[in-house]
Amino acid sequence: MKENVIIIGGGVAGLEAARQMLSLGLRPIIVEQSDHLGGHVACWHRLFPDMTPARELVAKLVESCREANIFLETTVQSINRLKDGYAVMLSNGVNILSRAVLIASGFKLFDAAKKEEYGYGVYDHVITNRDLENWFAGAEDLRIPREPKVFGFVHCVGSRDIKAGNTQCSKVCCMTAIKQAIEIKEKFPGCEVFCFYMDLRLFGKKYEDFYLNAQRDYGIRFIRGRVSEVSETIDGRVQVKAEDTLSGKPLKIQMDCLCLMAGMQCNPSATSIADMLHVEVDTDGFLRSKDNIYSILESQKPGIFFAGACTGTKTVPETVAEARAAALSIFNYLSR
Amino acid sequence: MIYQGKQKIWSDYQKDIPDDHWYYARSCIRQSFFPASEKYFLKICRDLLGKDICDNEHHTTCGGIAYHSDTIPQETAMTIVARQFALMTECGYDNLVVSCITSFGNYTETIETWREFPELEARIRENLWKACRREFKIPKYIAHASDLVYKFRNQIAENAQYRLVDKETGEPLKIVEHIGCHYSKMFPHKGVGGAEYPCVLSGMVESWGGQVIDYPERRHCCGFGFRQYLVKANRGYCVSNTHKKFESMEPYHPDAIITNCPGCPYFLDRWQYVIAEQTGKTYGQNGYGIPVFTYEELAGLVLGENPWDLGLQVHQVAVEPFLDKIGIEYKPSEKYLGLNKEDLLRPEMPQVLKCH
Repeated sequence: MKENVIIIGGGVAGLEAARQMLSLGLRPIIVEQSDHLGGHVACWHRLFPDMTPARELVAKLVESCREANIFLETTVQSINRLKDGYAVMLSNGVNILSRAVLIASGFKLFDAAKKEEYGYGVYDHVITNRDLENWFAGAEDLRIPREPKVFGFVHCVGSRDIKAGNTQCSKVCCMTAIKQAIEIKEKFPGCEVFCFYMDLRLFGKKYEDFYLNAQRDYGIRFIRGRVSEVSETIDGRVQVKAEDTLSGKPLKIQMDCLCLMAGMQCNPSATSIADMLHVEVDTDGFLRSKDNIYSILESQKPGIFFAGACTGTKTVPETVAEARAAALSIFNYLSR
Repeated sequence: MIYQGKQKIWSDYQKDIPDDHWYYARSCIRQSFFPASEKYFLKICRDLLGKDICDNEHHTTCGGIAYHSDTIPQETAMTIVARQFALMTECGYDNLVVSCITSFGNYTETIETWREFPELEARIRENLWKACRREFKIPKYIAHASDLVYKFRNQIAENAQYRLVDKETGEPLKIVEHIGCHYSKMFPHKGVGGAEYPCVLSGMVESWGGQVIDYPERRHCCGFGFRQYLVKANRGYCVSNTHKKFESMEPYHPDAIITNCPGCPYFLDRWQYVIAEQTGKTYGQNGYGIPVFTYEELAGLVLGENPWDLGLQVHQVAVEPFLDKIGIEYKPSEKYLGLNKEDLLRPEMPQVLKCH
C-alpha cells in the first residue's frame, strides 16, 4: 500500500511520524514552512534529562526519513475536501491527493517582548530561553556577559498568564530552566544563579532528581515568587524586583543577565490550516482533539490527525510517542 | 538600553488625540501647588496653538482623592464624575481634557466600569438626576492635558526661545521624567507609550532638546500613594518611597525632573527639604536640590515665559541653577513679587537644602 499521506510540519513530530509511516509502507510527504527540518529542537543545544545533544536526535530523524518526500520553505495554500480524502495545494504549485492529513505544525514560542515589564528587547542583558540555547550551541550573543557573576531565570513568561492570553502551563519550561541553570553553573562555577518560579512542575522521569541536583550539587537558588519588574542600572546591569513568597519579603537583586523562560503557544500556521479544514480550535488556542483522553490524535474530521504540540504543550518524548501513535492510527484508518 | 526596543513599544501605544474643541477639567489641588500651570496650559492652547478650549467655573473636584482614600463609595465618586460630564455636555463639547492624573484615571475607570456594567451607568444617571436634575453624554474622547502638550510638542519646540541644553557645554540637560501612577498603570492603552515605558513626557523632553534619564526606580511611585500620606502615621512610608527614587536617580546627576501629576511634583519637590533635614543629604549640585517641574512649567520656560510668572517661586527646591544652566533670564529681585508686583514676603530658608 504505497499511499500518500501529507504531514504538515517537519519538526520532531512530523519526522518521527514520517519514519513510522515509511516502515508501515506508506508514502509520507512532509511540508515544512521553514528552511530546515527538526523545528524548534533543531535550534536547541541539549535535551533534558540526559543532556542529549538535540542535533543528534534531529540528525537521526532526518536520516531515517530520507525516503520521504520533503518540501522545505513550502506552505499549504488550500485544502479541499473530496469524497474520499483531501486535495492539498502547496505554495510551490504542487497539488497532492491524500486520504489522510497529519497536522504536526508544533508550537510558537511566546514573544517575551509582550511582557513589557521584563524589558526583553529594551534592556541590554535580558534574553530568552531560546537565545541562551543558541548561545550554548555556539552562537555569539553580546547580551550574555563573558564572566557573569549573577544570572537569573524567570519561569512562566507567557505561560499560566491570563493577561498574556495563555492560561496553560507550557510544561517544559521548569525543567528547561533547571537544565539551563545547571549549564550556566557548569560554565561559570563562581556565578550565583537564581530561578524565580510560581511552582515547579517536575512531573517526568528523572525531573525531580534534576531539581535536587541543581540545589544540592550546583547551589542554584530557587525563589518562589513572580518577578514584578526589571530595570537597568547605570552600569548596564539588570535590576530585578520580585517577592520571595516563602519568606514573605520583597527582593531586589542586580544581575548580569536575566533569562526569560518563554512559553508555548499554538503555531499560527496550525490555526490557519484549521480554518481551511474547519477543524476547531480549543479554548487554550491549540487545536481541538476529538476528545482529550482516548482520541487525542484524532480531529472531528475524518482523515485529519494530529501529533505533537499543535494540540497542546508537549515534551520531546511525548511528541515522539504521539507521532508514532498517529502514524499507526493513520495506517489503520487507511487500511479500513 | 536599546532605544529601538522602546520605540517599538511606543508604536503600540499611540493615541489618536483629536485636534481641537476641548472641555477642560481643572484639578482641585494643582492651582494651589503650581499656581500658574493650568493658566499656561490654556495660554499655550489658545494663544500659541489657536485651539478652542472651554474653561468652566462650575465644575468641582472629581472626588478622586476621597475615592482613593476610601472615604467615599465608588457610586458617589461616579456621580460626581457624571456631573462633570453633564457640565461638558451643557457646554456643547465632546472631548474632555483633564488637568489632573487622578481625575484622568477616575474618568477613564468610570467609563470602563460602565462599559462592563451598564446597569451601574443607569443607576448613576438616576442618582445625578435626583441630585441636580442634570443629564450627560459620555465624552467621545478623554485626554490628559499632557497628551495634548505631547501632541503639539514639536510646535512648541518651533516657537521655543530656549532649549533644554547647557549653554556652556552645548550638551542636552539630563531630565528625569516621572509619570503619575493613574495615567497608564490602570489602563496602559489610555496612556501615550503605555504603562512600562510611557513616552508622553520623554517625548516632550527630547523634542525640546533634553536627554531623558532612565534609572532603576523610574516606575516607582513618587511616595504620595494617597493613604501613605493622608494617614499621618504612614508619612514615614511616603517619604521613604521618595527617598528611594532620589537614591536611584542620584548617580545620573539629573538637572531636573518633569512630571504630569498634581501629587508627584509636590512630593518630589517638598520631600527634598525633609530628606535634607533628616539625613543632611541633597541631590542637586552645591547643596541645591533637583528642581521639579510640571510639563506646563517646562513648556513655559522653553517658550520664554518669566519664571516668576510661572509660579516657580513657590517651589521648595530653587530653580535658579537650572535657569542659569540654560541661560534663561530672570530677575532675582522679583522672585517674591506676585501679581501686580504684590510682595509675597520671603519664606524662611531651610538649614540644609540650599534654596537661594
